[in-house]
Amino acid sequence: MREASVARPLPDDPAARRAWDVAATVTDPEIPVLTIEDLGVLRSVDLGDDGAVRVQLTPTYSGCPAMEAMRDDVLLALTHAGYADVRVDLVLAPAWTTDWMSEAGKQKLRRYGIQAPTGNAPARGSGPVRLQLAVKCPRCDSLNTRELARFGSTSCKALYECRDCLEPFDYFKVL
Amino acid sequence: MSGADLDPHGGQLDVHGDVSVDEVELAEELAGAGITGTGATASADAAEYALRLGDDALVLAQQLGMWIARAPELEEDVALGNIGLDLIGHARSLLHYAGTASGRREDDLAYWRDEREWRNAWLFEQPNGDFAHTIARQLVAATYLVELYAALAESTDPTLAAIAAKAVKEVDYHRDHATQWTLRLAGGTEESRRRMTVAIADTWPYIDELFVDDELVEHLAAEGVAVLPSSLRPAFDAVIDAVMAEAELEPPTGRTAFVASGGGRRGSHTEHLGPLLAEMQVLARQHPGASW
Repeated sequence: MREASVARPLPDDPAARRAWDVAATVTDPEIPVLTIEDLGVLRSVDLGDDGAVRVQLTPTYSGCPAMEAMRDDVLLALTHAGYADVRVDLVLAPAWTTDWMSEAGKQKLRRYGIQAPTGNAPARGSGPVRLQLAVKCPRCDSLNTRELARFGSTSCKALYECRDCLEPFDYFKVL
Repeated sequence: MSGADLDPHGGQLDVHGDVSVDEVELAEELAGAGITGTGATASADAAEYALRLGDDALVLAQQLGMWIARAPELEEDVALGNIGLDLIGHARSLLHYAGTASGRREDDLAYWRDEREWRNAWLFEQPNGDFAHTIARQLVAATYLVELYAALAESTDPTLAAIAAKAVKEVDYHRDHATQWTLRLAGGTEESRRRMTVAIADTWPYIDELFVDDELVEHLAAEGVAVLPSSLRPAFDAVIDAVMAEAELEPPTGRTAFVASGGGRRGSHTEHLGPLLAEMQVLARQHPGASW
């Protein structure tokens, strides 16, 4: 696997970097092994001269019900760390893609039993019938797997089964 | 307009967990507003356009939610629920933006407008019918939405462009889902093929309305804000024709009994929208300002 090509630059300023590190402790309530930094959901953290913190998050999916929980958690984490003036905005543009997930995040996902997105976010599917790359089983690494359902436990995941170890597993879909 | 004299957010913000937030100055949008997009305020015309798109998405999402626990298999409960959830996400962003022009919130628009104030096309309010009818409606809706959002991602309106760029890859998955089921039902048993054929025939009269241009979209398209619906028709037809050919189905030819002509954009609706809104809005209207 190669490192995703999308850079999310960390703040240069050490003080802003400290605020970033606080925000980056927040995890996805649906996938507790992943922080919002791993996911690429944490877009930016800016620190004003007056100490005001402005955080931008970007949703994975438009309807992701975890977004508001993450937003509240970032607000609380920074407030508890002593920042008095905190604002968290959800921004849509540029749109999140699975390319933004960090390599560390993908490894954590696999260890957790969810296969990470395979390949890079596609442009729109070509033609009405889509080709599907083989998805590796996160438990036994077999490629002998099949998709049971394109829509799994959440919008961002599909449900697969491994025909070798016979276990079902979730696959984080490419978006 | 409805909702202007309400205080829908009188309640305490319900932050999950056992943390007290009395001391925290909550940002305005934390009190229930959706995704901010760009923080921009819509012009009156752009708001009306966003309302059309948002109503299409919200009405379809409400329909799909009715399948949960009733679909032919568990995976479809989950799939239709997830597709509905994506559409709710689009509707929230679009209605939030539409509301910026008149100082209304997304919830005011969703729960406090009456039937004549809804701007969705008739396709989206048609009943679920059997599973084949839902799939036929999904095939048409998702194919249209893929073309719409792909084009709208180039809008000169940054908020509409951002919403569309986010939505296009999601509705692409919806189209794929509907395509696979169309092929499966058409190529399945005699009964499944018969039902799919009937569903296609029943759904087709609602296609034309999706591609009707009117003064509002012509004016907005000239500014690069909106997409001219008629411009999407060739790409839509190409995809649908390919799916029909693959499924060995014949799209209905000749004049159908009637053709939905665009009344939905002016607030004129079929008998199906009223009961749907009644169910969707009843809780908000019985308990104004309630939050959970």
